[in-house]
Amino acid sequence: MSALVDYLISGLAIGCGYALLASGFVAIFRVTEVINFAQGTLAVLGGFVASSALTSAGLPHGLAEALGVLAAGGAGLLFGWIAIGRKGTPPLASLVITLGLAVAAYAAEIAIWGDQPISYTALPGDFVLAGAHLLRQYLLVIGASLVALLGLGVFFTRTYAGKGMTACASNKFAARVVGINVRRVGLYAFGLGGLLGGLAGVLLIPIEPLSFNSDIGLAVSGFAAAIFGGLRSFEMALVGGVVLGVAEALIAGYWQASYQTVVALGLMLLLMIWQARGRMELA
Amino acid sequence: MLKATDLVVRWGAVTALDGVSLSVADGEMVALVGPNGAGKSSLVQALAGLVRPAGGTVTVEGRLAYVPEGRQLFYDLPVEDNLALGAWRGRNREPKRVYEVLPELAPLAKKKAGALSGGQQQMVAVGRALMADPEILLIDELSLGLAPIIATGLANQLKVLHETRDLAVLLIEQNAEMAFDLCSRVYVLENGRIVTSGSPAELRRSETVRRAYLGAGGAFQGTGDGTAGGGAAASDRA
Repeated sequence: MSALVDYLISGLAIGCGYALLASGFVAIFRVTEVINFAQGTLAVLGGFVASSALTSAGLPHGLAEALGVLAAGGAGLLFGWIAIGRKGTPPLASLVITLGLAVAAYAAEIAIWGDQPISYTALPGDFVLAGAHLLRQYLLVIGASLVALLGLGVFFTRTYAGKGMTACASNKFAARVVGINVRRVGLYAFGLGGLLGGLAGVLLIPIEPLSFNSDIGLAVSGFAAAIFGGLRSFEMALVGGVVLGVAEALIAGYWQASYQTVVALGLMLLLMIWQARGRMELA
Repeated sequence: MLKATDLVVRWGAVTALDGVSLSVADGEMVALVGPNGAGKSSLVQALAGLVRPAGGTVTVEGRLAYVPEGRQLFYDLPVEDNLALGAWRGRNREPKRVYEVLPELAPLAKKKAGALSGGQQQMVAVGRALMADPEILLIDELSLGLAPIIATGLANQLKVLHETRDLAVLLIEQNAEMAFDLCSRVYVLENGRIVTSGSPAELRRSETVRRAYLGAGGAFQGTGDGTAGGGAAASDRA
């Protein structure tokens, strides 16, 4: 029983991190129709910058993580400017640009931080739940992710800027008609994606040490969670992230850790096929 | 005041507008009629600044708002948000002032735009444009896809708005009878060119215009072959 609780809570925490990454994919795709394959890179950057801020600059926790998140947001804006800044760039070309940026970022990351995995302790200690000893960091990840996703919901439904972003996602031509600069809003979406990716990075790095090429695994998991909601729904991205994270933890715990990603992604695929069949039957 | 001079718009190799000139004075209500494919939507998008012309100039003096063809609402947002977004460039985002002139919208405020009838959606589209506090209003196909009684009701509301607010209107309309009834001046666009213009009374005297645009039911009857222009009373062919 205690092992099951351990797997569920740790899976939930990792899944929340995936949900943050997935929300970044969704935020960017809804406005720009670009799949930002540098989303994992933004998480790695956020984690690395926070780590340097803690260890090299000696900044306190909270401030260091905030710096990591802001740096990832800035990198997101830069990536967006490169990917969609030129008028008329088709989404497929932008997607390829984001892939190129992710690879190019390796060089910068290795030059600055080296090629060894990086981690730090954020919230030390553990707690006991149903006999299982769990990291307190899990609670931080789950809590911070839920607050961030709730904030995202408030931003999109209650603020004028968020509604403008939703308007761009809903009808780009109409958005232009009312005077919204859709390309600029797309850049903001990249910035938002960067913030969400950076938050995922600073929350996950104490649990799973990150190295320069961790972006692939993070991007694949975040993307899988995002397409669970058709790349358009933040709520379903959260569900997708949690399902993926918990499935990975259960597979690693009860079977083989080396199979966890492949089997969990296979499970996600089956769930999406089931979802699609349900939609077809409704139609 | 809205003025286009020698406007040329191209979509790739296709020339949609070929040297179009027209003007709408302050507080004037002007119609533009023409068959499908004449270039009406290209013209209105160029006037609204959504399409960059290949040649010619557009002069806009005053705030301009645009009601596009097919309503083009934010269908998954409620009416009140659709209206508020109409004030994107402005400061006053409170839709109350639109509810005062289009009171039918007030009870629909919380409804999603996608759940409304065609007539209600068109009213939201007009209301959204009014949120920009325009001095010039471009309306592309007010009556398209609407039952005649709904279209007439909207046309009457538009006339009241024009009269009470001294709003300049350029109405792009396939329902020529409606356009002739509402507006003080009419342009006829065919094959990307203004083939004739004048007051509704002048154009009604043209046998060609009557046959092409004012046939049974008043709806457009033309073939788009550019035959309406010859007999018009006051031509300003560009």
